[in-house]
Amino acid sequence: MRTLGSVGDIPLGEGRTFAVDGEMIAVFRLRDGSVRALSAVCPHQGGPLADGQIDMKQVVCPLHLYSWDLATGCSLSGQEAVSVYPVRVDNDQLILEM
Amino acid sequence: MIKQRLVVIGNGMAGARTVEEILARGGDFDITMFGDEPYGNYNRIMLSNVLAGVEDESGIFLNDLNWYADNGITLHAGVRVDRIDRRRRTVHGSDGSETAYDKLVIATGSSAFVPPIKGAHVPGRGYHQGVFVFRTLDDTRAMIRYAREHERAVVIGGGLLGLEAARGLQNHLGHVTLVHAMGHLMNTQLNERAGRTLQATIEQKLGIDVVVDGMTTEILGKHAVTGVKLADRRVIDCDVVVMAAGIRPNSQLAADSGLVVERGVVVDDQMRAAGEDDIYVVGECAQHRGEVYGLVAPLWDQAKVLADHVTGANAAAAYEGSQVSTKLKVAGVDVAAMGLQSPEHEDDELLEFAEPKRGVYKNVIIRDDRLVGATLVGDNSKALALIKAFEKGLPLPEDRAALLFDLGGPAAEESVADMPDDEQVCNCNGVSKGALRSCVDAGCKTVSGVMDKTRAGKGCGTCKPLVQRIVDWANGGEAEEDSAASYYVPGVPMPKPELMDAIRLYELRSVSSVFAKLGGEEDAKSKMGLASLLKMIWGAEYVDERDARFINDRVHANIQRDGTFSVVPQMKGGVTTPANLRRIAEVAERHGVPMVKLTGGQRIDLLGIPKEKLPQIWAELDMPSGYAYAKSFRTVKTCVGSDFCRFGVGDSTALGIAIEERYQGIEGPGKMKLAVTGCPRNCAEAYVKDLGVVAIDGGKWEIYVGGAAGAHVRKGDLLATVGSADEVITLTGRFLQYYRENGNWLERTYAWVPRVGIEKIRAVVVDDAEGIAADLDARMAAAVGAYKDPWKERAEPATPGQFRTSLPLTVLPQVPVRA
Ligand code: SRM
Ligand SMILES: Cc1cc2nc3c(=O)[nH]c(=O)nc-3n(C[C@H](O)[C@H](O)[C@H](O)COP(=O)(O)OP(=O)(O)OC[C@H]3O[C@@H](n4cnc5c(N)ncnc54)[C@H](O)[C@@H]3O)c2cc1C
Ligand code: SF4
Ligand code: FES
Repeated sequence: MRTLGSVGDIPLGEGRTFAVDGEMIAVFRLRDGSVRALSAVCPHQGGPLADGQIDMKQVVCPLHLYSWDLATGCSLSGQEAVSVYPVRVDNDQLILEM
Repeated sequence: MIKQRLVVIGNGMAGARTVEEILARGGDFDITMFGDEPYGNYNRIMLSNVLAGVEDESGIFLNDLNWYADNGITLHAGVRVDRIDRRRRTVHGSDGSETAYDKLVIATGSSAFVPPIKGAHVPGRGYHQGVFVFRTLDDTRAMIRYAREHERAVVIGGGLLGLEAARGLQNHLGHVTLVHAMGHLMNTQLNERAGRTLQATIEQKLGIDVVVDGMTTEILGKHAVTGVKLADRRVIDCDVVVMAAGIRPNSQLAADSGLVVERGVVVDDQMRAAGEDDIYVVGECAQHRGEVYGLVAPLWDQAKVLADHVTGANAAAAYEGSQVSTKLKVAGVDVAAMGLQSPEHEDDELLEFAEPKRGVYKNVIIRDDRLVGATLVGDNSKALALIKAFEKGLPLPEDRAALLFDLGGPAAEESVADMPDDEQVCNCNGVSKGALRSCVDAGCKTVSGVMDKTRAGKGCGTCKPLVQRIVDWANGGEAEEDSAASYYVPGVPMPKPELMDAIRLYELRSVSSVFAKLGGEEDAKSKMGLASLLKMIWGAEYVDERDARFINDRVHANIQRDGTFSVVPQMKGGVTTPANLRRIAEVAERHGVPMVKLTGGQRIDLLGIPKEKLPQIWAELDMPSGYAYAKSFRTVKTCVGSDFCRFGVGDSTALGIAIEERYQGIEGPGKMKLAVTGCPRNCAEAYVKDLGVVAIDGGKWEIYVGGAAGAHVRKGDLLATVGSADEVITLTGRFLQYYRENGNWLERTYAWVPRVGIEKIRAVVVDDAEGIAADLDARMAAAVGAYKDPWKERAEPATPGQFRTSLPLTVLPQVPVRA
């Protein structure tokens, strides 16, 4: 279990990257307040997923606009999947179970 | 019982269609097809669209190899039949094969006719390497490949094929000249007035040079083509030549095999070769009642008769010849012609209408109360009705003018319910009303879906309105909306005008409120378009949710392949100062910027900047953003103009700077790139900009709109000629505002202007026909007033971690460093 910081570090509807034990993890704060965590590197050509746009379901990589399911990490556009990590908010703190 | 063996020579449009018709009648044959071309069967007429870049190669295939397999047809693709042995009833292929037949179909089509011109061929090597014909997919591919690497083409032949070739080539190279041996274009179909009207349109609207009465005598250049020479000794420089001087039926094989051949292979009304019981001929290689056709419509009818007869489905079926009409497949240039060009008998009635300024010429010729000829140039609105009256010999309205014009009131359109099922709707692709109806019945409910499936409407396009009506009717009223196609963004099911009304009605000022009220679910791919629209509508009242922005707009820079960004400071009109250059140089040096580059937009780009460094670099540069990242007003390119240039007739630099000063940073549906140039030599490339201004003699300025020279190349349309720089600035703002309010998301002006039509735009923007000019000006002024330089957003991040790095995974930069 790791505390990444305050949920307020991530603006509503955006993502930010956190380094955890040499892994880069993109954490997104959905508009309903819930959070999701995925591997930060786009499997297509290494794009920064945390810079992508999201909705309740998907993140769209900013480089070539392929998209991934925020809950499962599965690609919605025929690419490889990305890893997903369990993450939650406790008392305004972002907690990654890892 | 052993099946009868049916062999088909030629796997083109007629051969394949005949087999389809035979299969549709349950014909039980063992079928073998030979095709000289190494493919399944494709729609040859669409090669024009492939060349013009409006259709993909993959979209023109009619039957792929699976179709042959599924129907038990043996296809020898890439094998030519060299000989028919009528006595032994066998055909002999170029691969050494020998195949026996009980019934034979010859469908060898035509080849391009190449007049005997010196230099067209290189001894022993076929065509000179820069010389092409336009008949097959391979011809088209080779032409595209070569044209892309060359600059000037000459097309020999000003008929349908030559015109389509010339237009298509413009998609790949810069300059096209059309050389026609006769006195006017399309002389087989059009009379002289029509041909001249067409020529003016081709020259002015498309920018193709046309030479008539031009006999080409020689192709110049030894290793590479350097030009063509005409009989009057004129030389036209070029590096590509396309021959479109006509076609000749492929009848040699039949002649060598002892069949009766005149211009084509002579056939009877059952499509059998003269005097033969088991050999049929169909398509362009057939000569029926003295006629040889060069269009597809006749072969749809021929194939039906042939199939009826060979399968015994209707042994009495007879082909009686076709009344053909032709249409030009060049976007924006309407031409349709049928029958006579001019009256021939004394008592033929002629109705003629000409409006050369608009490029319109129309006529109809009537004999004994029947339509025997019609020509439409520049306005095809009556084409469908005329073609029908012509082909079927329908009775004509008493008020003859109704043939040429819609005379008020709803046009008396025949009810589609009353059309017989087998009536052909799309002549280019041979699609009947019945086929459209079954497509809808099978579950395809939208017009574009039906068009994709049946290919109806995908040739010359004339029948599209009728296809629409039939699909509507088959759906029991209205076709289902091609939903997503008309939406402004995919996530909110509304076209732009409706969406704007709803946004105003419910006072939706943020992207999330639009989803909540109108969209149901939030959609990542729709956010950016909505953000742009809301900002345009509400200006300062827009509630800016940063997550609605694309990353570039969140950090005011353009993301690059390795997650770094590029920084392009404003440099109005491309003009800078030594002090500014020094500052840029110092910042670049201090931060080890990997590359400093002059852009195509006349400014300086600092590439490879990590996100977290952006605010510092802006602060040190202390220059406004050049907006090289957003869907917004980008640059105004200028030339040196009258202050320095010896040809300059207007101060293009000053005007360009003034325009950029005023409209900097304005956002819109797409990028807006402008230019102002000091004379028609056009060094600032103003003819190919979203809005381009050209100084002309007498202190005047021409304003062109809808030009492009990116993924698409298009010369802008002249919007207006005005007498002062102030008028240019006003009209620029009004035009941009009209585009901002009406363009679809990501629709650049090169698509929007032709969609709306320059006449309409001119009426609104220049002549204020709708009385909205003042409102447009006011809304633009408000947007201008709301401009804030985004690079000022640097002392305090707008959101937490706005400039925090998103991927320090690899050691940056991944881009090469060119210092
Ligand atoms: C920097 C520059 C190339 C250069 O080194 O000169 C450039 C760079 C890019 N262009 Fe461009 N274009 C640049 C001038 C042009 C021009 C020429 C001009 O502006 O005079 C054109 C043709 C005119 C036009 O816009 O049509 C041009 C037509 C495009 C297009 C095709 C647009 C179209 O619809 O035809 C795209 C793709 C798009 O917009 O979807 C594009 C997209 C891009 C992007 C933004 C691709 C992207 O999304 O990342 C490139 C960013 C590269 C980077 O790493 O920063 N760029 N691009 C030029 C910047 C000019 C400036 O000062 O603002
Ligand atoms: C660019 C272009 C645009 C056109 N646009 C239009 C249009 O808008 N409207 C219209 O009505 N018509 C148009 N046409 C004409 C139309 O394509 C033809 O009328 C039609 O293709 C004729 O069909 P066909 O089967 O007789 O000949 P083809 O389609 O030419 O088929 C004949 C086939 O037989 C093969 N073949 C020939 N000899 C042999 C042999 N000995 N052994 C084996 N195979 C052989 C050939 O390789 C070819 O594949 C256009 C033509 C071109 C080239
Ligand atoms: S032409 Fe292509 S590669 Fe070059 S800058 Fe423009 S988008 Fe990038
Ligand atoms: S790098 Fe993410 S889509 Fe290409």
